[in-house]
Amino acid sequence: MKTKVRVKKDLYMSLFAVLLGLIAGAILMTATGNNPFDGFYFLFRGGLMNIERIGNTLATATPLIFAGLSVAFAFKTGLFNIGGAGQMLIGGLCATAIGLTFDWPKPILLSVILVAALIGGALWASLPGLLKARFNVHEVVSTIMMNWIAYWTVFYLVPQYFKGPFLETESQRIPAAASLKVPWLTSLFDGSYINLGIFLAVVFVAIIAFILERTTLGYELKAVGYNRDAAEAAGISVNRNIIFSMSIAGALAGLGGATFYVGFASNMQIGVLPAQGFDGIAVALLGANSPWGVFLAALFFGLLHTGKGFMNAMTSIPPEIADTIIATIIYFAATSVLIERNWDKINKIRLDFMIRKREAEQLEADSGGE
Amino acid sequence: MNHIVEMVDIRKEFPGVVACDDITFKVKKGEIHALLGENGAGKSTLMNILFGLYQQDSGSIYLRGDKVSITNPNIANDLGIGMVHQHFKLVHNFTVTENIILGLEPTKAFMINTRSAFARISDLSKQYGLNVDPDALISDISVGMQQRVEILKMLYRDAEILIFDEPTAVLTPQEVQEMMKIMRGLIDEGKTIILITHKLREIMAIADRCTVIRWGKVVGTVNTEDTSEEKLAEMMVGRKVLFELNKKEAHPRKEILSIEELSVSGSAGRKGLKNFTLGVRCGEIVGLAGIDGNGQKELVEAIIGLRKADSGRIMLGDEDISTLSIRERIETGLAHIPEDRHKHGLVLDYTVQENMILKTYYREPYSSKGLLDWSFIYEHAENVIRDFDIRAGEGADSLARSLSGGNQQKAIVGREIDSNPDLLIAVQPTRGLDVGAIEYIHQRLLEQRDQGKAVFMISLELDEILDLSDRIAVIYNGELVDIVDADKTDENEIGLMMAGGKRGVAT
Repeated sequence: MKTKVRVKKDLYMSLFAVLLGLIAGAILMTATGNNPFDGFYFLFRGGLMNIERIGNTLATATPLIFAGLSVAFAFKTGLFNIGGAGQMLIGGLCATAIGLTFDWPKPILLSVILVAALIGGALWASLPGLLKARFNVHEVVSTIMMNWIAYWTVFYLVPQYFKGPFLETESQRIPAAASLKVPWLTSLFDGSYINLGIFLAVVFVAIIAFILERTTLGYELKAVGYNRDAAEAAGISVNRNIIFSMSIAGALAGLGGATFYVGFASNMQIGVLPAQGFDGIAVALLGANSPWGVFLAALFFGLLHTGKGFMNAMTSIPPEIADTIIATIIYFAATSVLIERNWDKINKIRLDFMIRKREAEQLEADSGGE
Repeated sequence: MNHIVEMVDIRKEFPGVVACDDITFKVKKGEIHALLGENGAGKSTLMNILFGLYQQDSGSIYLRGDKVSITNPNIANDLGIGMVHQHFKLVHNFTVTENIILGLEPTKAFMINTRSAFARISDLSKQYGLNVDPDALISDISVGMQQRVEILKMLYRDAEILIFDEPTAVLTPQEVQEMMKIMRGLIDEGKTIILITHKLREIMAIADRCTVIRWGKVVGTVNTEDTSEEKLAEMMVGRKVLFELNKKEAHPRKEILSIEELSVSGSAGRKGLKNFTLGVRCGEIVGLAGIDGNGQKELVEAIIGLRKADSGRIMLGDEDISTLSIRERIETGLAHIPEDRHKHGLVLDYTVQENMILKTYYREPYSSKGLLDWSFIYEHAENVIRDFDIRAGEGADSLARSLSGGNQQKAIVGREIDSNPDLLIAVQPTRGLDVGAIEYIHQRLLEQRDQGKAVFMISLELDEILDLSDRIAVIYNGELVDIVDADKTDENEIGLMMAGGKRGVAT
């Protein structure tokens, strides 16, 4: 259905951005007097060398998948969701609150926690959607403001109701029954942070891909995103779709919050906006806003995040190099227009070369015939 | 050699299409050379290659006898080539002067020196009789004036070879006359003009020579003195063109659309609609004539539901649709070919098949229980593509954006007629299209009528109104001037009514 050419082009473009980012990292490593081959060796080894590290890479990637999916989904409707961090906080808060309040068997408790995180994130994001639909308030402004409202809400609620035993600035540890970590998975991955969140992430990537490609809802959302006026003239309710899109984006970020605060971590810190919320924008960008693209991009970023400590330990390369690589990749992904143009140029040169070669061969064959 | 431009064996391929198939095109210095062809024939591609927006796959370009390589528009500028695009490239909240100097601002101690530019632009404007106020904001001046600003932009950059891409598509008849005068003035001052168009009458009126392109190939280059509109049309389309429509007698039946005392307020700066009453019957085409901006837009938007009516009723059949949602109106049997196909007609980043279901995707058999049936959608789109002769490189999978204007319009017409509507509202249905596509769309509108459906056509082209309509309504200042039978009136009478004169008063 979708033209394969386009998908392929997006994939090449993203891989090209990654390659350029890695090259930039290599230059930096060389410039700081280190051997880039060693650097990359330990960077990737740090994320992949054993089953535990692989588990950690997956666990780090999990909230990124959700955050990236959230940004990408809203973007399909033409909305720029900068509020991933706030939606994650609210999702995490709902999850933590329920986990610390109720003493139910694990399967029930976890289900309720996830549903609560999903609803919390959805409601939190529906407000900017509502404001956009009703009063045309730009979602970039309102979602950023909602981030800070979420920040201060957590800042107030956690010490007030869920204060930890030692520190004012964090919540109590959630009980094992409320954690997405499960013993069989932890032991399978030799004590890594990995948790059920990664499976949830895969399921939601598939669900979102399905919604976008196969359902009337996805069709409507994309139509509104591509051309609001035409969608409206065709009888599609633009406002309803804006609210829908933001809510679903918020639900995804909310789930991401749950996988972070009751999966990757075991308590909530106050005074921190989760960086994953913003990294989600980069993930969506590199993943070309496609669900499976987001999945791969998040895994890659997860790998870099997990490996950078090991690289630092084994070489004298500072871990910031890994962050620089990520930043460079984002730049190159964002300037994909530039890359695309050069891509066409490279292709043309290749074609020219082939034509010339064929002409030369033809000439040779002709002269050989005489 | 007296050829100022020589494009030799130019070839350009796009995925699935050969846009230029070894085209050789030569222009003499000081002539107006028309480039004629249907939409998608390759004329715009050829000119974009000359202007450096595209690179040819093979072939060479010679300017004033020297071989040149034009890899971007800046090089084209330096070589003295300027282009007025069909869609103007102007910054609306800048003044005329600011727009013209954009990109090569004269500076004096790091400050933009608008005064020197202002003087030069005033001089140029006088020299060529353009009559442009260099201090006016673009958003305040008419489309015709904006076009002159584009011309000034080229002159300011000392262009010698001027490419005009469909310059009259956006102009009123009076403005077209003005434009022709300006073009002659340019030639007198030693410029050379390449005119991309599909309007035969204009070519005959102004061009010296004409090169006709069809399907990416040159059909021939002729002197306009030695040819006629009919011959040019035949060269362009590849067969004889009917200038007379095959129009049978109308058999109107009961009234399907009744607009009763409708009042609508206009957007800022536009007149609204005042106590407008009009009926359209099944089996007839009613044409609404009027000068742009006299309430046509408000009327259309009120009927399809994009704009709220202040008072009055809109009846479709027996139902008052004035309070229904847009979708409910569509379901009642309303179809709409919008004036702006890019804005309201198509989702350009959707494929043709996705665009075909824009109004029906939620219904069986296109989807059931919220799931789209892609194989049915694909088949349906392929059928419409075949029935309406839509040319698309990758068929139903082509992006709407990749289609030529004429084929985009055919896609919209196809979608709307395919929905079998009781009433079809066609706003400027053939705007910017070539002879072949116009003829085709007119024929389909007449077919609708002959099948007993109602067509309400709003157009700024008087010829179109006179050719197609069974009855002609004239709107002026948001009010209905009069409604007359098409066979009992003529261009003059309608023209006078368009200026507000009641029937019989002027004669």
